[in-house]
Amino acid sequence: MTVDKKKKTIKTININVDLCNGCRACEVICSAFHSEPKYSSNNPARSRIRVIRDPLRDIYVPVYAGEYSEAECAGRDKYTIDGKEYDECSFCRASCPSRDDFKEPDSGLPLKCDMCEGEEEPLCVKWCLVDALTLEEREEEGEEEEKREELEIGLESLADKYGLDKIIDTINRMSKK
Amino acid sequence: MRYAETGFNLEVDLTRGNIERVATDPADTELYLGGLGTNAKILWDRVPPEVEPFSPDNLLIFSAGLLCGTPATGCNRTIVSTISPQTLLMAFSMMGGFWAPELKYAGYDKVIIRGKSPDLVYLWINNDKVEIRDASHLKGKGAIETAEIIKKELNEPKAQVAAIGLAGENRVYFASIEQGRSSASRGGIGAVMGDKGLKAIVVRGTKDINIARPEEYLELCNEVLEYIKFREENPIPGVIPILARLGSPQEMAIHDEKWHTENFMWGNSRLRRKGFWNEEVEKEWTETMERVRTRLISCYNCPLKCGATISVPGLPTYMMKCFSKLTYTMAAMSDLDFGFRIAQRATEYGVDGYSTPQVMAFALELYENGILTDSDMPGLPSDNEERFFWLLDRIVRREGIGDVLANGTYWAAKEIGKGADEYAHNNIKKHEQLPLKLSMLNPVYFLMYSTGEKINITQIEGQFPQAPFPERKDREEFVKGWFQVPDEKFKQYFLDWELRGENSLPYYPTVDMACDIVDWQEMMHYIDDALGMCAGLSSFHLKPPYHIHNFPKFISSGAGIDMDEEKLMKAARRYRTLVRAINIRRGMRRKDEKPPENHWKKRFPELEAKLIDAYYKLKGWNNDGIPTRESLHELSLDYVSEDFIKRGILKDDEEN
Ligand code: SF4
Ligand code: SF4
Repeated sequence: MTVDKKKKTIKTININVDLCNGCRACEVICSAFHSEPKYSSNNPARSRIRVIRDPLRDIYVPVYAGEYSEAECAGRDKYTIDGKEYDECSFCRASCPSRDDFKEPDSGLPLKCDMCEGEEEPLCVKWCLVDALTLEEREEEGEEEEKREELEIGLESLADKYGLDKIIDTINRMSKK
Repeated sequence: MRYAETGFNLEVDLTRGNIERVATDPADTELYLGGLGTNAKILWDRVPPEVEPFSPDNLLIFSAGLLCGTPATGCNRTIVSTISPQTLLMAFSMMGGFWAPELKYAGYDKVIIRGKSPDLVYLWINNDKVEIRDASHLKGKGAIETAEIIKKELNEPKAQVAAIGLAGENRVYFASIEQGRSSASRGGIGAVMGDKGLKAIVVRGTKDINIARPEEYLELCNEVLEYIKFREENPIPGVIPILARLGSPQEMAIHDEKWHTENFMWGNSRLRRKGFWNEEVEKEWTETMERVRTRLISCYNCPLKCGATISVPGLPTYMMKCFSKLTYTMAAMSDLDFGFRIAQRATEYGVDGYSTPQVMAFALELYENGILTDSDMPGLPSDNEERFFWLLDRIVRREGIGDVLANGTYWAAKEIGKGADEYAHNNIKKHEQLPLKLSMLNPVYFLMYSTGEKINITQIEGQFPQAPFPERKDREEFVKGWFQVPDEKFKQYFLDWELRGENSLPYYPTVDMACDIVDWQEMMHYIDDALGMCAGLSSFHLKPPYHIHNFPKFISSGAGIDMDEEKLMKAARRYRTLVRAINIRRGMRRKDEKPPENHWKKRFPELEAKLIDAYYKLKGWNNDGIPTRESLHELSLDYVSEDFIKRGILKDDEEN
C-alpha cells in the first residue's frame, strides 16, 4: 500500500440528535442517490445512513455506515445518557452480521457512506432541513491510505460468508458461460 | 415496469383466512390515480349499497397514495376507506406517519380487507411473507401498547403498526386507527376494523420504489424543498399563526391559543369565551406544554414537525398532533393539563379527538337538563373532569349509557328521545363537526360544509384566504407571488373582497366566485388524497409548495403516466364524482347537504339555494345532487349511469 504525505480535506458531519425529528429524509435521499441510474429508485433499507428511532423512549440516532465487520462483537454494552438507555449498536457504524443495517437487502453486500461522492455536500445534510446533520470541512496534513475499492470490500464480505474457494469456483463457472 | 406504484394489492379474506397478491390494472391508475381514487373505484365495484357497514362484505381498504415512498417530501399518507357505521356513507380518513411508505417498500399499494375473523387477529406483512396471526393476547390492549408488544414479539423494531384500541374492538362509531404519531380517525373506520376482528396491520418492507424519469423527478423534489425553506423563513403576514406557516396546524409548537380559545366554542359547542386568553392562562398553559412535550416530530420524509411526543408525569408516553390539543380541554371547560391527561387515555382507546369530546359534553348537557338522569348515569362522579374520564371509559366499553353514546350524538339522540336531538346540534351528515358557531354566513364555507363528502371542514378548505384582508395594499401584497392559482381570476376575486360594503359577506364572493373557489379547494384535497400528499404541504395551505402546476409533472416523471393540468383536473373530477355516486347510491340527496342549523346566526335561504343550484350545475350534478348522465359520460363513468338507471336513481329517457 502506498503512503503519501499530502493535504487532505477532512469532512465531518456533525450529528445533533437533539434536533433530529425522526423523519428519515436522510435515508430516502441517500438510497435514491446511490441507486443505479442515480435516483431511479429509492429504498431506505439500502441507505448508508440509518436513523435508530424509538419515539416513545425519545431515541433518535442517525448513524452512518462505516467499515464492514465479519464478526459481531462478543459482548455488548449499554449506555445511559440523560436517563435514556441506548444499546451500544445504536452508535456503531459497522456493517456486521448482527443486524440488517448497512447491507444490500437482497445480496447482503455491505454498504458504506461515501459522503455522496461528486456532490457539493452529502445529500443527507442537504435534505435535513432541521439541521440535525451539518457539514464541517477542514484541511489537514496527513497520510492518506489508498482507498479500497468497493468491489474489494464486497468480495471480502462474500468470501467471509461463503469461503474464498466457493467464490473462485463460482466466478470461474460464471466466466465460462 | 411500474413506476411510483408497485402494481400489486394484497387481498385478505379474514373469513377464510385467505391471502392473495393481485396485480392491478395500469389503466385504473391513469383514470383514478391511486389512493382515494382507486379506493373509490373498488368500493363502487365491490360494495353495493345493500351492504351494511358491519357486514363481512364491507371492505376496509388501506391504501398508500400513488407517490408515497418516492422522495417527494411529505408524501406519506395512508388513505383508509370503507362504509362508515356512523354516516352510512363512504368514509375516508387519512393518516400521516410512516405506514404507507413502508407498505410500498413491502411491495403493495393497498391492503384490501374483507370478511370477518371469528377470533381477534393481526396481519403481519413482511415483504412477500404475509400471515394472519393470533391476537387474543392483545384483546383490550391500548393501540400504542399493542404496537409496542407486536414489534417486540416479532423482533422487528422497524415495522410500522396501524392498530385499534378497545374502542375499535367494541365498534364505537367514532373509533380511530392509530399509528404512532398519526391516526385515521374520522367516520368510525376503527369500528369496521374491530368488526372484522382485526387488531392491527403490521408492515415491514425492504424493496425498491422505481421512478420513471429520475433526474426530472429529483429536480421537482428539490424545488419543493427550496420553497419549503422559503416559506419557513417568510411566514404569510396578516393571517392567524396556524395559516402563516406550512405543516398541519402547528398546535404542538405554538403557545398562543388566543384564536382557538376565543373563537371556537366550549362545552357542547355552546359557549364562546371572549377575553378568555389572558396572561395568567398563557403562563399556565405554556408551562404545562413545556413540561409534557418531549420533542417535536415529523412524519416520514418531512421536515415540518407537526407532532410531538407527550409525556405526562405518571402516564405512559404518547404522541399528539393538531387540534386534539384543545378539543378535550374545551369540551370539558377545563385546562390544558387535563387535555393532555385525557388525550393519553383516549389515544390508547383509539377514538377520534373531534367527535369524542363532543359526545361526552353532549351527554353532560343532557344530564344537566334532566334528559339523562341519575338512573341513566349511576355512579357519575361529581367532579367535572372525573366525569369525562368516567364517560370515556363507559363509551369505549359500551357499558350502560356508554353503549348508547358510543354511536355518536346523532344516533344517541334518536335512541334517548325526549328532545335530545336539540342537543345533537353540531352534525353534518350525522357526523360531529368542529365546535364553531359564527355570525355572518360565508358563501364559500356554506358550500364546503354542505356539499363536502369528507365531512370535515379542515379536509376541504385551504388555498384561498378564509377572510378578506382589511387593507387593499395588503391584498395586493398577498397576490404577488401567488403562482399557485389555477387561474388569474382568483387574484381579482381576492383583491376586490372587502370587510364591509358591497363586496363583503354574504354576497361577496358572489355565487359564481364562491363555486369556483370551492371547486378549486376541494380539487386540491382530492388530488392530495390520491397521491398520498400531506394537506399540510399542499391543499390546506395558502401558497403551498405543491399545486396544480407542479403535480402533473410529479405524476408524469414519477409514475411515468402522461399527465398535464387538464388531464389531472379531469381525473380528480372523475373520482370525486365516483365518491358522490357511491353516496348517492346509498341514499344521500340534496336534503342532506346542509351545515348545522346554528352554524351561522345570519342565514340567507334564498342565497343559499342559489349557491347550491350553481355549485351542483358546475359539478355536473342535477338539482338533487345526482351526477347527470351527460357529466358521467364525459368522465368515462357510463357504468355509473347504467347502474343509476337500473336502480331508478336516474331515468332512462331523462335529458339530465
Ligand atoms: S433527515 Fe435529519 S431530522 Fe430527518 S431523520 Fe435524518 S437526521 Fe433526523
Ligand atoms: S407537514 Fe406535518 S403532518 Fe404533513 S407530512 Fe410533514 S410532519 Fe407530517
